[in-house]
Amino acid sequence: MRKLLLVTSAIAVGLIFLVRLFYLQVYNSDSFNILEDTAIRAEYNYPKRGYVYDRNGKLLVANQPSYDVMVIPREVTPLEPSEIKDFCNLLGITAEDYEKKLTKATNYSPRLPSPFVPQLSKADYAVLQEVMWKYEGFYIQKRSMRSYQTDIGANVLGDIGEVGQKEMNKDSYYKLGDLIGKQGVEKSYEDILRGVKGIRFIQKDRFNKNIGPYKNGQYDTLPKPGKDITITIDSELQAYGELLMKHKRGGIVAIEPSSGEILAMVTGPSYNPNLLVGRERNKNFSRLFRDTINMPTYDRGLQAQYPPGSPFKVINALIGLQEGVVDVNDRFSCRMGYYYGSRKLTGCHHHRSPVDMNQGISQSCNAYFVNVYRRIVDKYDDPGVSMNKWAEHAKSFGLGNFLNNDLSVGRPGRIPDGDYYDRAYGDNRWGSTYIVSNAIGQGEVEATPIQLANMAAAIGNRGFYYTPHIIKNIESDTLPSNFTVPKYTTIDKAHFEPVVEGMFDVYNEGTASTLRIPGIEICGKTGTAENFVKIDNVKTQLTDHSIFVAFAPKDNPSIAIAVFVENGYWGSRFAGRMASLMIEKYIKGETTRKDLENWIFTHSLENEYKKPYSGEPFRINGETQLQLIENYALKD
Amino acid sequence: MYRETQRRFQFDWIIILIFLLLVTFGYLNILSASHVGEITSYFDTSQLYGKQLIFVGLSFVLIILILSLEAKFYERFASIIYLVAILALIGLFIFGKDVNGARSWYGIGSMTIQPSEFAKFATALAVAKYISDIQTNMKTLKDQVRVAAIIFIPALLILLQNDAGSTIVYLAFFFVFYREGLQQVYLIVVLSLILLAVLSLKFGVTITSLIAAVVLLSRYFLRKKKRSSIIQYILVLALAIGFSFGVKLFYQHGLKVHQQNRISLWLRLEKDPLKLEQMKKAEAYNLIQSEQAISSGGITGKGFLQGTRTTGKFVPEQETDYIFSTVGEEWGFLGSSFVIILFVALIVRILYLAEAQKSQFSRVYGYGVASILFVHFTINTGMVMGLIPTVGIPLPFFSYGGSGLWGFTILLFIFVKLDSNKINEW
Repeated sequence: MRKLLLVTSAIAVGLIFLVRLFYLQVYNSDSFNILEDTAIRAEYNYPKRGYVYDRNGKLLVANQPSYDVMVIPREVTPLEPSEIKDFCNLLGITAEDYEKKLTKATNYSPRLPSPFVPQLSKADYAVLQEVMWKYEGFYIQKRSMRSYQTDIGANVLGDIGEVGQKEMNKDSYYKLGDLIGKQGVEKSYEDILRGVKGIRFIQKDRFNKNIGPYKNGQYDTLPKPGKDITITIDSELQAYGELLMKHKRGGIVAIEPSSGEILAMVTGPSYNPNLLVGRERNKNFSRLFRDTINMPTYDRGLQAQYPPGSPFKVINALIGLQEGVVDVNDRFSCRMGYYYGSRKLTGCHHHRSPVDMNQGISQSCNAYFVNVYRRIVDKYDDPGVSMNKWAEHAKSFGLGNFLNNDLSVGRPGRIPDGDYYDRAYGDNRWGSTYIVSNAIGQGEVEATPIQLANMAAAIGNRGFYYTPHIIKNIESDTLPSNFTVPKYTTIDKAHFEPVVEGMFDVYNEGTASTLRIPGIEICGKTGTAENFVKIDNVKTQLTDHSIFVAFAPKDNPSIAIAVFVENGYWGSRFAGRMASLMIEKYIKGETTRKDLENWIFTHSLENEYKKPYSGEPFRINGETQLQLIENYALKD
Repeated sequence: MYRETQRRFQFDWIIILIFLLLVTFGYLNILSASHVGEITSYFDTSQLYGKQLIFVGLSFVLIILILSLEAKFYERFASIIYLVAILALIGLFIFGKDVNGARSWYGIGSMTIQPSEFAKFATALAVAKYISDIQTNMKTLKDQVRVAAIIFIPALLILLQNDAGSTIVYLAFFFVFYREGLQQVYLIVVLSLILLAVLSLKFGVTITSLIAAVVLLSRYFLRKKKRSSIIQYILVLALAIGFSFGVKLFYQHGLKVHQQNRISLWLRLEKDPLKLEQMKKAEAYNLIQSEQAISSGGITGKGFLQGTRTTGKFVPEQETDYIFSTVGEEWGFLGSSFVIILFVALIVRILYLAEAQKSQFSRVYGYGVASILFVHFTINTGMVMGLIPTVGIPLPFFSYGGSGLWGFTILLFIFVKLDSNKINEW
């Protein structure tokens, strides 16, 4: 027995130690991760973010250096109150901010870097750099900040900001404090613009001193600079469009039909992209995003789904021709509206009657299109079958679905089909008369301005379109085929000519005859769409939306455009004028009709937009007065 | 001639092999823990690894010297060697040099010598010599007191020099005494005292006293035959309670603050998060860093010279007391298990050989060697892995330092020599 005490003790201790080692090194091991090892600091080297040019080579977005003060909470040595005061003075924060920021950073992670004070100016950086060694655990991270060379196109260009938790979870490339594209092309071309950051692993000692590269830098990488991109926007046209849109709400989208390139993408109201740069960014960002009335960050050109109104009539004309239910020479009479029995299904305005297709389009006759539409829906015994066909045709124009392009936001719009109504009314328990509003672009049909512009491009091309896109060129790269292969509509080419003639006559003798541009053959279609909001749970009608869709020139069009002005009353009143000016500006490079231009500049719709919030009853449409902008400096 | 060849192969090659493995592996880890930047020359004596290489070289000279002396020499001169060691310890009070608050070193030029490292084998020899005396009977109180005095003298001197860690090592001789006939009751008393001390600190005097009372009473009532009087039990209980109080008092007033904190950390006594935070930066810092380094090694380790925490010198005292954390980080679970197994194998082998000795002197000495190695190994490795409160003693053959390496080399090879001589002892 006496012999065994020490032997058994030794063996027992050995076993206990092996178990402990197993627990420490195998069971509970923080498996070695170079980024989490506190003995190694990863220093990031951020590459230059790619520049953004417009289609004419004008630089829109460049970079400027920015300096973030970063903190690794675990390495911070407690500072004396006087030291904290000095430090805070340099950073331009208060002592409470200091504690708050430090606690926040500690809560995120005591050992990973968090941004402490982001985006210092160059002057602040120069002063701070001298004394930074005094404050252990803090260091300055150089990054690149955007420098906008323009005041326009906030919705197009977008902005960059600190990554959020969701983005970090999705892609481990991003670390806290990194910048990422938040909106616009900054978001959709983030991967190309950002490049790849370089990383340097530095071995530290326990006093947090660098003692050289980790493993002679064998894991280090060099930054890869971001690629420059050229976007399809014509910045002059964009700027002009934004000028026209001032004091109005709505969107303008202009597309080059022969390529699908987006020439201009205006939303109103918008903001200056420079607001989202630098230390004021956070303040401005929340101000812009919390403005739920004006919604300046909501891109109405891409996201607003409006009833398309009369421009949608041409689609019904085309479907009618394709389905063989109407001939261009078929005439329908109009008695200031369409009557079903003695019931008036839709009203119409005063024009000659009866009308054929050409006049139906140019005069925008509601009765004509209800007739055509009813023939389409009644073609088959089951209206569901007819409506599915109808929807298929309409969708081939890029309506009713996401365009699947390279814009950071978008909406599908809505093209109802037979199944939609079967669900709504019950199988076969509905007929053409239930849904005649679709004939004139009201009812269930909805579209975004970019979809309408694309529709105009498809008509201008006589039956095909290229997916509208914003990218024109990526430095040393090619464009995806999605943007270079035409998409054909389900309508035969031959059917387009009479419809295009009708749209041409809109300008010649129809609803937009006052908006002709000398020397340019424009085809277009006015639109006026009723719309409603809920005010205190009461459905209330607002002044109609003013809509215009056009392309020019008539043959081989170089521009297709959709203009949507909320509560602008009738098509040619605001949208038509603006479309006409935009087309002239793009094709001629200048505008000749200064009185037309000044009318737009001097007329505001702000009073219309205030009405639903006024809390008082208000009048709409013909019973309203336009608001004039006084002291508007007339441009020469 | 024949006799000569036979003798050369009488050395226990298993012990020698383990010794070589430990020293080599130890040197490699010291190299890793102590190098700064590029290693220009392995013989650079301004660097710790360069010095250690010299110490290792000299230890081979010592081995040859030890093995070439007559085995009888050690038994004959045991008392004189012990006396020299005691004098060396006493001399420290006059000629010694303070390092880190402990007056344990002689300075000879740029070299330092730590006599307490040599006092261990000297004491082991003296104990062996005394116990193996034909007149000594470990069961008698007289001899127990005398042999206790042999170890208390150096232990006390070392304690007075402020080196509490090295003092604890002398408790190792308990294993020797127990093997040589010390009564069972001592073992029970020692274990009970350790248990009482831990209980008192962790749960307080009242609960500890209650536990002691319950244990004693149940023993009293369960033992029908040969029951000693109740007075005796009450006396024992009173002593236990007194001891419990004593431990508590000693903990609160007798210990230095850092010693108190080490124990408090080990038994998780401190609940105040603010104080704990402070301890993390002071007493617990080394331990936390060491555990993290070991843990980060994983199964296979980061590789020789590749430990990020070792390279960054995150673990203070890493080349000396905390050398095992380097093994853990760079060689992983496989490497550190290997070291553990080597130590256990070494101890078991020594004990096996000790039992096979014909002479009692050799056996007792062998037991002394195994006990000292066992205590060093257990306390050092246990501390580095966070199982035992921090006690500053080196890992034999591994930790940096000439005195330590030589002290253990002499300790071990005297036994190798004694063992090789066993057939001549008829």
